[in-house]
Amino acid sequence: MSEHPPATFDDFLRGVWRENPVVVQMLGLCPALAVTNSVANGLAMSMATTFVLLGSNLLVASLKRVIPHEVRITSYVLIIATFVTIADLLLEATVPSVHKQLGPFVALIVVNCMILGRAEAFASRNTVSRSLLDALGTAAGFTVVLVLLSAVRELLGAGSLLGVDILGPQFEPWVIMVLPPGGFLTLGIGMLLIGWQAERQQRRTAAARAMEAA
Amino acid sequence: MSDLTWILISALLVNNFTLTLFLGLCPFFGVTGKVETAVRLGVANIAVMMITAVAVWFLNAFVLVEAPYLRIISFIVVIASLVQITEMAIKKISPALFRALGIYLPLITTNCAIFGLAIFQTNRGYGLLQGLAFALGAGLGLTLALALMASIRERLDLAEVPSLAKGFGISLIIASCLSLAFMGFAGLGAG
Repeated sequence: MSEHPPATFDDFLRGVWRENPVVVQMLGLCPALAVTNSVANGLAMSMATTFVLLGSNLLVASLKRVIPHEVRITSYVLIIATFVTIADLLLEATVPSVHKQLGPFVALIVVNCMILGRAEAFASRNTVSRSLLDALGTAAGFTVVLVLLSAVRELLGAGSLLGVDILGPQFEPWVIMVLPPGGFLTLGIGMLLIGWQAERQQRRTAAARAMEAA
Repeated sequence: MSDLTWILISALLVNNFTLTLFLGLCPFFGVTGKVETAVRLGVANIAVMMITAVAVWFLNAFVLVEAPYLRIISFIVVIASLVQITEMAIKKISPALFRALGIYLPLITTNCAIFGLAIFQTNRGYGLLQGLAFALGAGLGLTLALALMASIRERLDLAEVPSLAKGFGISLIIASCLSLAFMGFAGLGAG
């Protein structure tokens, strides 16, 4: 491997599926469960996180030769905190209603381990362009999970999507889905489905191998 | 006085940090293999939370009045350094306790429960005593959640779990049930 491999599409795709931050690496669970009671909140959270992730990966990758190794974590945390402050103030100034809905969870992006994880594991040892692609991919993976989770929870818990009534007035909303237990449950069932799919695939490859051997 | 008790009970049961606010999920799923370690981590968390509450109160009262936009940055820096100082102090005063806590102490820095505590305390405008009661309640609540989860998982090791639910899937479903149980406290104090 050369010292600076060029940015490839794989840098983007890896974060979306194979190394998905939430369902594969179990990072960033706190926002993924806390704000996904409606699609609008999930989207707003994803956008704020994307902004912070892009900003921190960009700065960390460009400053990687300047930051001394001993204080790198502290420096990364400071960089992330700066971008979170910007995102927090921007949200408060432009869409105050969304900011109010998300409440303290915007500030809590700062302790989203996913962002620090990308800074430490990727941006601190790769080129700026690759780090940006990596940030985009990770953010996309995070967004997909948040939107799916919030869509399921809003549809079942309130009978609507993005505030638009879908299931009609005769639908009795499962209120529990928009409450905290629904968050754990939805993600849990999602994990079961992913595990089931993986097991099926494993069986299929094993069967194919047995056919070859025979 | 009743005000303080109510803040404590609210943080401990009604708005349990882990099970209803989703804070501190990393240790909740990560280090709940054994009851003993879970409780130990919880106790370390209580200590750091109490110290954080005092520090945050000080920052809010004397420093951040002038520059509220520095809140997030100053909180995270103060929390990180406080944990570092606590670690050094414990190492000096009681090496035995330091060894017992091991890796958990530094891990607390990146724990969203501590940062969440600082943010909630600020948003609700708690004073020093209220902040301490809140920190104690939140810490006890976290310890309770960790201990519950750990004791269930200790039993789970002996149970037959379908292979596809092993690991994270079953933990999430259990968390859902625990959270559901804690929803029962929701009406407490409403009247």
